[in-house]
Order: sequence, then structure tokens, then C-alpha cells
Amino acid sequence: MFMQDSARIGAGAAAMAVLGGGALTASPAKAGQHLENIMRGGPYDTVERQTSYKAITNYNNFYEFGTGKDDPARYAHSLKPRPWTVKVDGHVDHPGDYDLDDLIRPHALQERIYRMRCVEAWSMVIPWVGIPLSDIIRKLSPTSKAKYIRFETLVDKKQMPGQKRNVIHWPYTEGLRMDEAMNPLTLMAVGLYGETLPNQNGAPLRLVVPWKYGFKGIKSIVRISFVSRMPENSWRRLASQEYGFYANVNPHVAHPRWTQANERRIGEFRRRDTLMFNGYGDEVAHMYSGMNLKKYF
Amino acid sequence: MRICLHILALLPAVWLMFQGWLLYDFQDNMLTANPIKYIHHYTGEWAIRFILLCLAITPIRQIMKWNGVMKYRRMIGLYGFFYVGLHLLNFVVLDYYFDWATILKEIIKRPAITFGMIGVVLLLPLAITSTRGWIRRLGKNWGTLHRMIYLIGILAVIHNIMMVKADLLVPFVHMLILILLLGYRFVVFAGCAKVCHSHTNQR
Repeated sequence: MFMQDSARIGAGAAAMAVLGGGALTASPAKAGQHLENIMRGGPYDTVERQTSYKAITNYNNFYEFGTGKDDPARYAHSLKPRPWTVKVDGHVDHPGDYDLDDLIRPHALQERIYRMRCVEAWSMVIPWVGIPLSDIIRKLSPTSKAKYIRFETLVDKKQMPGQKRNVIHWPYTEGLRMDEAMNPLTLMAVGLYGETLPNQNGAPLRLVVPWKYGFKGIKSIVRISFVSRMPENSWRRLASQEYGFYANVNPHVAHPRWTQANERRIGEFRRRDTLMFNGYGDEVAHMYSGMNLKKYF
Repeated sequence: MRICLHILALLPAVWLMFQGWLLYDFQDNMLTANPIKYIHHYTGEWAIRFILLCLAITPIRQIMKWNGVMKYRRMIGLYGFFYVGLHLLNFVVLDYYFDWATILKEIIKRPAITFGMIGVVLLLPLAITSTRGWIRRLGKNWGTLHRMIYLIGILAVIHNIMMVKADLLVPFVHMLILILLLGYRFVVFAGCAKVCHSHTNQR
């Protein structure tokens, strides 16, 4: 096992050398592996206190490994994040089955310190490492027919034991409107706290959309499709009166069962007010001008 | 036996406090990264368990022909009230920190919380009138009043089901147990007049 891993890392590094550069000096085969050459200090970072690594990696909603908050940390070790293939299809010039490293390698890794607001009214501050989704999309070159982008999580009962029960419909799917996907805030994360993503956080590739509720941040992505019609997303499919497609953080639109006006920042005692678009209004509000956000929640 | 039961019934609360103390003692991630939510689920779970256990006493007595079990019914009911109290206290103090405006709004606007609150309000007189003095004073009415526990059980399970996001396994188990316990009473009640009676007569 160990031999295999190190062999794989070695091969990755060799490939890097051949291609002459890029951000990764080693293929991030295991969670907790240090990532090199990360660009830091971008304009979107929050200076708020970052949530502890321990909390970020032990309090997760990732039903593929169980519905308890600590289930993912306990059971996600069975996920094998390398080798990893991402299928790209739909209205796109360069469809195909991409090895994850080939998808990531052409781009420089960036750190993005974002607020994360869960629909369950708790929040964290997470220093992600990843690549703007827009960079990946440009490289794949979608056609004009592509109005939305759809993501799919791995389905594999062996690697994801939580999928033995149909708590929600597998595979987990999510989607974004094309302009949302191209927004500079939208990130494809491969790491956090300067290291590769732990399995429970959605290794090896997950979406981060900081102005939307956390469930939009689909984990362990195996398929990216460029589609013409609004794709179904898992939580909306389960309860469309409670979870919408847009799922923008909005303190004025309550979840039917609890208020969204405030939240508990993990590690803090008192609740704090929830901000419109999770505080990213300057960057994203223009995309929704004229839209009734009470209707399109 | 009684002391044993007290210890058993208090164990969940003690365990919670112990973990809370570890949390305070810089063992972060005790009670998960979101301890207040954890405490909320934990106390709610145990409240429902005790309410269901309380509802199980009569069937146990009748089916197992064990009259002695009745002397533990009050205690179990009061522990149900105890965990409901902790659950409510957590909601008011830790979760919303006496933010009465928000708390009131949540109780009124969210049906799940409304049901839960009605259950709490109904449970209060039962807890108060559980003493020997009140049993004597109320006489026959005591039994009628305390039949409210059926409704409270239903409200608790509805509250439980409505609060869960997707994984309904545990709430459905609660519901199944409740249906069995209330269904048993219904069958006995409906059957006693006719079938049961003639049955026992034949024997």
C-alpha cells in the first residue's frame, strides 16, 4: 500500500517535471499532504479568525459516509482519492475522461479564506486551497449552448459506505448557472490549511461557493457536465419547498423550520447575524439584480 | 432497584456534563465542534426515550403481569420531564441566549417548534401533579389528566420527525414504538368490551 502510494507520488512528480512547472510539486495523493507554491493574500480573503483544522475536519455533512456530523471523519478513510478521473461532458469543446492531476496541473493553486455558511445555521472560516472554477471552465471551453454546469459525486458503496442507505438519491448532484460558475469567487478546492483535502472534506476535488449555503459545495466530484437546462440538485430534489437551486445565503428568507437570520460560528457562543450573500454581496449581488430572491431561494 | 434506576436515568445527563467539562478543559471537539446543537439533539433524544418508556409501563404491567413496575412509572415520567427541561433550557439559554424576541418568533412561526412547545406546556401540569398529595386531591380526575401523556408522546414524535433533515430512521423508530404502545391501548380498550371479556370469561 505504502509502496504504491509513494510510487504514484513519484510518477506525479516526474510528470510535473516533464511538463515543466505548475503549482503542484507532488501529486496530492493523501490527505494532509503539504501543498507547495500556493498564491496567498488574494483580495477575497476574510481576516476573521479561522476555524480550527480539527473542527473543519471533524464536523461535516457528507452523507456518503453517514448522517452523523462525525461520521465522515470516522468512515471516510475508505475513500481512495487517487487515482481519480473526472468525466467532462455536455456542451463543451474538450469533453473526455480527465485524470484529476491533468485537470489541476495547468493552474496555479490559490489560497482563499472564505466564510462557509451551512443551511443548518452554523458557519466556519476556512482557508481553502484551490483553483478558480472559471480557469478550469475556460480551458474546457464550453459552447454557447452551455447555460448551466452540473456536478456529480462518486457513487461507490465500497468507498462510500453511507450510500448503502438511500438517505438521499445517489449520486449527489449540484449545479450552478454559468455566470455563477464563472464568478471569480467560485473555487474548485483541492486542499485546506495548505494541505490536500482530507477525505471527509470532499477529497480530492470539491466545489466552494462561499455566497451560497454549504450544500452547494459538492464533494468528491467525478463528473462535470455543461448543460442547457437548470440541473436538479440533490437537496432540492429531496425537499424543494425547503432547498432551492440558488441557495444563496439570505437572512431574509427563512428555512421553513428555522430562521436563517442568524448563525452560530463554530467556536463561538453567541449567535451572530447572517449577512446577505454571506457577506459577498459586492462580488455577486449583480448576478441577481431584478430577481425575486424570495421566490428563487 | 429504585436507586439503580435513578443512577441509570441520570447517567446520560452525567455523561453529557462530563463531556462538557472535558470540552471546557480545552479538549475541543468533545460534543462535536458544535456542542450546543449536540446537546440539543442529545437531550431531545433522551426526553423522547423516557416519554416512550413511561408509555410502555402499562403494557409491560399487563403483558408481563408485573404490577410492581407501576411504582417506577412516576419516576420515569419525571425523568422524561427532566430531559425535556434540559432540552428547552438549552434552546433558551445556550442556543438563543435569552433572545426572547427571536425565541417567540421561532415558536410561533415554525410548526415543528410549536408542536414541541405545546408538548412542554402540556407536560408541565403532569409533572406538578405527580406528587402523592395531588393524586389524592384530584382523585378520579388525576387519571384523566395524565392521559394527556398520549398526546404529548404524539407531539414529541411529530416534533422529532419534523426537525430532521433527511435521515428519518431514528424518528421513525420512535414513531413505530409510539404506534405500538398506543395501538396496544386501543386494542385493549376496543377489545375489552367484547372480545377480551368473553375470552377471559371462557377461561
